[in-house]
Amino acid sequence: MAVFKARAWLSRAFSTVASHPLRVCVVGSGPAGFYTAEKMLKAHQEAQVDIIDRLPTPFGLVRSGVAPDHPETKIVVNQFTRVAQHERCSFFGNVTLGSSVTLPELREMYDVVVLSYGAESDRVLGIPGEDLSGIYAAREFVWWYNGHPNCRYLNPDLKSSDTAVIFGQGNVALDVARILLRPTTELATTDIASHALSALEKSSIRKVYLIGRRGPAQAACTAKELREILGIKDLHVHIKEADLLKTPADEEEMKNNRIRKRVYELLSKSVTSRPLHPSSDPRELHFVFFRKPNKFLESDERTGHVSGVRLEKTKLIGINPGEQMAVGTGQFEDLDCGIVLKSIGYKSIPVDGLPFDNQKGVVPNDRGRVLSDTSGDHTRLEKGLYVCGWLKRGPTGIIATNLFCAEETVASISEDLKQGIVTSSSSSSGREGLLQLLDNRNVRVVPFSRWEKMDSQERELGNLKDKPREKLTTWEELEKALEE
Amino acid sequence: MLVSRFSGLGRQMINYLPKVPLTYAPKTGNLHASYSYFSHALKPKTFSTTTAHEEEAPQVEEISVIFVDNNGEKHIKVPVGTSILEAAHENDIELEGACEGSCACSTCHVIVRDMEYYNKLEDPTDEENDMLDLAFGLTETSRLGCQMIATPELDGICLELPAATRNFAVDKCAKAT
Ligand SMILES: Cc1cc2nc3c(=O)[nH]c(=O)nc-3n(C[C@H](O)[C@H](O)[C@H](O)COP(=O)(O)OP(=O)(O)OC[C@H]3O[C@@H](n4cnc5c(N)ncnc54)[C@H](O)[C@@H]3O)c2cc1C
Ligand SMILES: NC(=O)c1ccc[n+]([C@@H]2O[C@H](COP(=O)([O-])OP(=O)(O)OC[C@H]3O[C@@H](n4cnc5c(N)ncnc54)[C@H](OP(=O)(O)O)[C@@H]3O)[C@@H](O)[C@H]2O)c1
Ligand code: FES
Repeated sequence: MAVFKARAWLSRAFSTVASHPLRVCVVGSGPAGFYTAEKMLKAHQEAQVDIIDRLPTPFGLVRSGVAPDHPETKIVVNQFTRVAQHERCSFFGNVTLGSSVTLPELREMYDVVVLSYGAESDRVLGIPGEDLSGIYAAREFVWWYNGHPNCRYLNPDLKSSDTAVIFGQGNVALDVARILLRPTTELATTDIASHALSALEKSSIRKVYLIGRRGPAQAACTAKELREILGIKDLHVHIKEADLLKTPADEEEMKNNRIRKRVYELLSKSVTSRPLHPSSDPRELHFVFFRKPNKFLESDERTGHVSGVRLEKTKLIGINPGEQMAVGTGQFEDLDCGIVLKSIGYKSIPVDGLPFDNQKGVVPNDRGRVLSDTSGDHTRLEKGLYVCGWLKRGPTGIIATNLFCAEETVASISEDLKQGIVTSSSSSSGREGLLQLLDNRNVRVVPFSRWEKMDSQERELGNLKDKPREKLTTWEELEKALEE
Repeated sequence: MLVSRFSGLGRQMINYLPKVPLTYAPKTGNLHASYSYFSHALKPKTFSTTTAHEEEAPQVEEISVIFVDNNGEKHIKVPVGTSILEAAHENDIELEGACEGSCACSTCHVIVRDMEYYNKLEDPTDEENDMLDLAFGLTETSRLGCQMIATPELDGICLELPAATRNFAVDKCAKAT
C-alpha cells in the first residue's frame, strides 16, 4: 500500500543523512509546530525533525480555524509546506499523542519532544442550562464550517428561529457572526465546507447578538475583524449610544492600548451607520455591552432545547490600574433566541504523563521548558520536554505570535543543548523507532507526500465548483483518499 | 534565473521526496545555504518582479537601503517601485513574510530608524494600521515591509528588523492581540 511504501522509503532516505542526528519530535502541525520545526532545522544542522498530528491533514487552525473568507491568512501554508519538504523534516499524520503513542514512549525515542498540540476544548460558563441542545461552543461551530472531521455532523440548528446569541466579543466571536450574516453567495466561492454552505443557505438567522460582559473600550476583537464585519453588505448594526460613554477609567485603559483605542473608535463610528439601500433580506448585528449570561432558558414547546438566555446587567470595577472587571448588578433581562454560540475562549487538554495547570489550562513552563514541579522554591525540569503555541501560552494570539513563541522555545532548547542538559543520544531510536511502533499497532501513518495528493484532490474538486478547494470532511472521505 | 527567482515554490524546494511540479530548483547538497530560502516569501501581489525590471528596463533607478538585524548592517540596492519585502528576499535578508505581501500577517514588520525618513513615507492605510496593531514590538516608526515601496526620496533609508531588539516577551504580545 502506498502509505506503507512511502514509510519504508522514508526510513531508507533518512538513514543516509547523519550518523548521530539530534532526534526531535514535534507534536501538532499548527503554526506553533511548524515554526518550531523551521527554527530547529535552521539552528541545528544535526537536527532531524518529525512532526506528528492526530489528523491526516496538516496546519492545525490554519485549516480548521481561520475563516474561509480569509484566504490571504492561509498563504502561510506555503511556508509550512517548504518546511515539511525539507530533507531533515518529516510529517506523519494520523498519529495521536495519547493513543497511537504515549508521551513516555515518545520521550524514550526522541532526544527532544516539543508539544504544540494546541487547545482543542472550551472554557465553560458554568451556569444553569448550559447542556441544553442548541448551545454550542464556537470551536465546534468553526470546525463544522471549516470541515474538521470531528464536527462534520454537528448540524447546528439554524432554522428554528431568526435569532442567534453569541457570548464573547473576541475575534472568534466576530468570525462566527460574520459567517452567520454574510451573504452566502459570497461564501460560496471560499473553501467553506459544502455541508455548511448548504445549511447556511437555508438558515433563517437574521439577527445576531454579540454579547460582552464589559464595554466597548474592552472589546477583545481587533480592528481588522471589526472593520470587516461592519462592512457586510446590507447589514444593520445596532449599538446603544449610552454604552459608548467613556469613564475616566476607560480612558486610562485605552491610553496605552492602540488596539483598544482603534476598536473603540470604529464602534463609535458605526453607531450612526445604516445600510445605504433598504434591503429585501435585512440582517441585523447587535453589539450588546455590559451583560453577562446568568442562565439558559428552556423552550416550552421543544423540551431540552434552548429558547433564550437570561442576562445580568454588569458594571465595571477597577482591579488594577488600567484594568477593569465586570460585576453583576442584580438586574436581569431575557433575550429569546434559537441558537447560542459560546465564544469565551478555547482550552487545552492534558495527556497522560504531562504536568498541567488545570486552572490556567496550560503546561507550566519556563520559556518553553516543561516544569514538573512549580511548588516551593525548587522548580523541577522535565528534561528534553518543551511546549510551544496555545498549549504553552494559553489560547490567545495570532499566527505570527507563534513565530515568536517558537523562537523562544527553540532558544531554550539551544541553551539546554549547549549546557549538556539535553544531548543527542545514540540510543534514541527516533523516526525508525516511532514508525516501527506505529506499524506494530497498525496505525496508518500519512506522510506529507500523501497529504499533497489529498491537497491536489481537494483543489480539483474545488475547481469544479469555483472554490479554491473542496475539503474532505468525513473520516470516511479522508480514509478513502488514503486508499487511492 | 528567471525560473528560480520567483517561481512559486520552485526555488525553495530542497525536498527529498519525489515531488509534484516546480522542482526545477537545483538540488543542492549544501543545506546551510539552501536553508536561508526558508523564510522567503514570494512577490507581493501588486508588483512586477525585479526580473521583469531587469530585462525590460535595465536602467531602472535604484536606491540604497540599509537593513539592520542582529548580525549587523547590510546595504542593498533596491529598484524604485519594488516593495521592501521583495527587496529583502532578493538579498537574502531574513524578513518574514507569512502572507506573501497580502497585508494579512504583520510578520514583515520593519522599524524605520530615522523619523525624517519615516515622515517621507505616505501614511499607512487603515488596512496597514490594522495589521500594525498586531505587530510584535511595535514602535512609533513601524511599517509593514510589504506595503513600503521604494521611491527616490527614500534613498539611504535605514530599516531595523524587530528581531534585532527582540527580547522574547511573548506573553505581552499574546495579551495585546
Ligand atoms: C476560529 C479561529 C480563527 C482564527 N483566525 C486567525 C486569523 O485569521 N489570523 C491569525 O493570525 N490567527 C488566527 N487565529 C489564531 C491562530 O489560529 C492560532 O494562534 C494558532 O493556530 C495556534 O497555533 P498552535 O500551533 O498552538 O495550535 P493549532 O493551530 O490548534 O495546532 C494544533 C495541532 O495539534 C494537533 N493535535 C491536537 N491534539 C493532538 C494529539 N493528541 N496528538 C497529535 N496532534 C494533536 C491538531 O490536529 C492541530 O493540527 C484563529 C484562531 C481561531 C480559533
Ligand atoms: N483574524 C484574526 O486575526 C483572528 C481571528 C480569530 C481569532 N484570532 C485570535 O485567536 C485568539 C482567540 O480568540 P477568542 O475570540 O477565542 O478569545 P478572546 O479574544 O480571548 O475573547 C474571549 C471573549 O470571551 C469573553 N469571555 C471570557 N469568559 C467569559 C465569561 N465567563 N462570560 C462572558 N464572557 C466571557 C471575553 O470577555 P472579557 O474580555 O471580559 O474577558 C472576550 O470577549 C485571540 O487572540 C484572537 O485574536 C485572531
Ligand atoms: S507579508 Fe504579511 S503583512 Fe506583509
